[in-house]
Amino acid sequence: MLFIPGNNPSMIQNSPFLGADSIILDLEDAVSLDEKDSARCLVRNALLSLDFNGCEKVVRINSISSGFGYDDIDAIARVKPDAFLIPKATEDDIEEIDSLISTIEREEGFKLGCIKLIPLIETAFGVEDVFNIIKSSKRIVAVLLGAEDLTADMGIKRTKEGEEIFYARSRIASVCAALKVDAIDTPFTDVNDFEGLRKDAEKAKLIGMSGKAAINPRQIDVINEVFSPSFDDINWAKRVIEAYEKAKMEGKGVFALDGKMVDAPILLRAKNIIEKAKAIGLIKG
Amino acid sequence: MINAVKREIPEFIEGYGKVKPFMGAYANIGDVVKTSVKIKSVKPNDKKVLPSIKDALLKCGIKDGMTISFHHHLRNGDYVLNMVLDEIAKLGIKNLTVAASSIFPCHAPLVEHIKNGVVTKIYANYMSGPVAEAVSKGLLKYPAIMHTHGGRARAIESGDLHIDIAFIAAPTCDTYGNINGVEGKSACGSLGYAIPDAMYAEKVVAITDNLVDYPACPIEISQEYVDYVVVVDEIGDPKGIVSGTTRITRDPIGLRIAKLAAQLIDEVGLLKDGFSFQTGAGGTSLAVAAFVKDIMKKKNIKGSFAAGGITGYIVDMFEEGLFKALFDVQCFDLKAVESYKNNKAHQGMSASMYGNPHNKGSVVNNLDVMILGATEVDIDFNVNVTTGSNGIIIGGSGGHSDTAAGAKLAIVVTQLTKARLPIIVDRVTTVTTPGETIDAVVTERGIAINPRRQDLLEKLKDSNLPIFTIEELKNMAEKLTGVPEKIEFEDRIVAVVEYRDGTVIDVVRQVR
Repeated sequence: MLFIPGNNPSMIQNSPFLGADSIILDLEDAVSLDEKDSARCLVRNALLSLDFNGCEKVVRINSISSGFGYDDIDAIARVKPDAFLIPKATEDDIEEIDSLISTIEREEGFKLGCIKLIPLIETAFGVEDVFNIIKSSKRIVAVLLGAEDLTADMGIKRTKEGEEIFYARSRIASVCAALKVDAIDTPFTDVNDFEGLRKDAEKAKLIGMSGKAAINPRQIDVINEVFSPSFDDINWAKRVIEAYEKAKMEGKGVFALDGKMVDAPILLRAKNIIEKAKAIGLIKG
Repeated sequence: MINAVKREIPEFIEGYGKVKPFMGAYANIGDVVKTSVKIKSVKPNDKKVLPSIKDALLKCGIKDGMTISFHHHLRNGDYVLNMVLDEIAKLGIKNLTVAASSIFPCHAPLVEHIKNGVVTKIYANYMSGPVAEAVSKGLLKYPAIMHTHGGRARAIESGDLHIDIAFIAAPTCDTYGNINGVEGKSACGSLGYAIPDAMYAEKVVAITDNLVDYPACPIEISQEYVDYVVVVDEIGDPKGIVSGTTRITRDPIGLRIAKLAAQLIDEVGLLKDGFSFQTGAGGTSLAVAAFVKDIMKKKNIKGSFAAGGITGYIVDMFEEGLFKALFDVQCFDLKAVESYKNNKAHQGMSASMYGNPHNKGSVVNNLDVMILGATEVDIDFNVNVTTGSNGIIIGGSGGHSDTAAGAKLAIVVTQLTKARLPIIVDRVTTVTTPGETIDAVVTERGIAINPRRQDLLEKLKDSNLPIFTIEELKNMAEKLTGVPEKIEFEDRIVAVVEYRDGTVIDVVRQVR
């Protein structure tokens, strides 16, 4: 997921061609107070007229409490983004936003629930309440961890190593897995340290985060490499599925590959790898 | 008459002569004749060092209507062209032809010499800055003649471009005229573009700021060609001669284009042992080299050679063993100069060896892949690198057409739109390089393969690369920018664009 400032026409125009799965058009932190109106207008028109090359179109609105959030929702929901990213999300905010969007969807004749929500978890309360936040709306498809604000909220130092967000990552990853939504990791803020980015992304993946936000297009390749299945993974998954098909033809309930029994969780993992590889174009079909 | 790239050109151009129309990139290859050159031999005790440029001019018999030549290894730091022309102007000489391999913004004083009739005709392979603007606005009496690097060498060797006096900017020169570019405060490395001038001019004057005792080794241009040596304080500004380092772009769009280009090279099967490659010094071109380097290292590929103007980045690849040799016509940065001085397999090459279509085989013919730029590309794959969106001359072929003609895969890398203008258009303003020699256009939004290259399309049929037709790319660009209004020109021809074989591929007319 690539953050793009909502007040930069050139970057918005080129953003769909940089390799990200989702583009987050940012109306919040990237846009100064005196540009909020013009950025909203620019993002609205970009959604109306630009080819997003199959990328998911996400708009980070301003918080409801800021006073700009209502105008953001009213202007942007009417041009049907794929999702809104909700800063400092709380259960109450999500319920209110869900209701506002439902009204607009009805007014515009959109399918109810077509606009999704991604809460941005960036407070200690948000981390603790993430289960309830996700449960508060059926629109929620993912959660994004915002570690900069979170560590500020907790009054702790943010480091490249990221030990301080181990708990937040783990909790979000676990809750997201339980509720079957994606857990997106916080951006890595040193845009020139690609080795650090790789280590950070690998750490997040190991814990169970399913993707990572990027704040610079040059971070996308590393993030894609870390979160994409490797060719070894894909080959293994293909062999598991072939062995499963063969066993099924032969009427066998259980089967082995390379001397190890393959059970349902392993088969599911293999199928997930193949699906992911297909989705990002690593294999055809 | 209409030439092979559908350009209407006159049969005769005042100040140029009879026009030979461009008939196709390979239509004019075969039997050729090289010219002979009249020289004045010397006696054993003759001295070559003269006290001033004025003395050299007088010794060479400077007179109205002569052709004098310069080379551009000192790039935008060159002092030599301006120094020589100032002296000539003081002598009251008029109607000179300046044959400079390239003209840069530092040559702005030439505009005054154009205005006062000292210079009435210009040959150049590339020109940018005030002189290019003056030419575009019709200040020059006769049309400028734009060559390619290889085409200039061909023109000199064939006698089409006869040089009366060649001025060689010599970073190091000895008292008997042996020259190299690797020593001295103005060291610029290879002197490849100056070699045809030295060999075929009637008189050759070395202008140096580093006179050394005989012999100056290594010898790149030898004493047998040099008539006189003049010492000056400085031949150029080192800051403009070579850059400290050339850098890969950090622009995400440039990187995206470069990555796609490298993937294309790989997927068509050219990235294998023996691979040969050329790219420019621009940020995106260098980024292609960086992505190619990654693939070569991953696959343990040992290339044959890299060629052209050489950058430190290409030197790094060579030193890491990714290429066996470098062919260098011009060094772009200090690292390249250092490598050219120290590495035996970092070979110099003359402009003729580099790209002359009328010799027995130039290096461009051995290139697998060439990465090229463009200011416009049209739906016939013709490329313009001569004029900008306002019709003003902003460059020229340089090695563009030569390498495109020679390489197995000539790739244009460009953004789909620049400064709110579409780069892919119905018809380029000026044809510099014919579409028949361009194999692919790579933009951030997709790749177009020239339909002439069905073999490439076949290889890419199962590729995940974003392949489109050139018309589809053009439509994408126009959807973003709209279709710009056509530039309006006067009838007057201000420049003649010669293809490398000496035929006329296009003309540039005066902007209105």
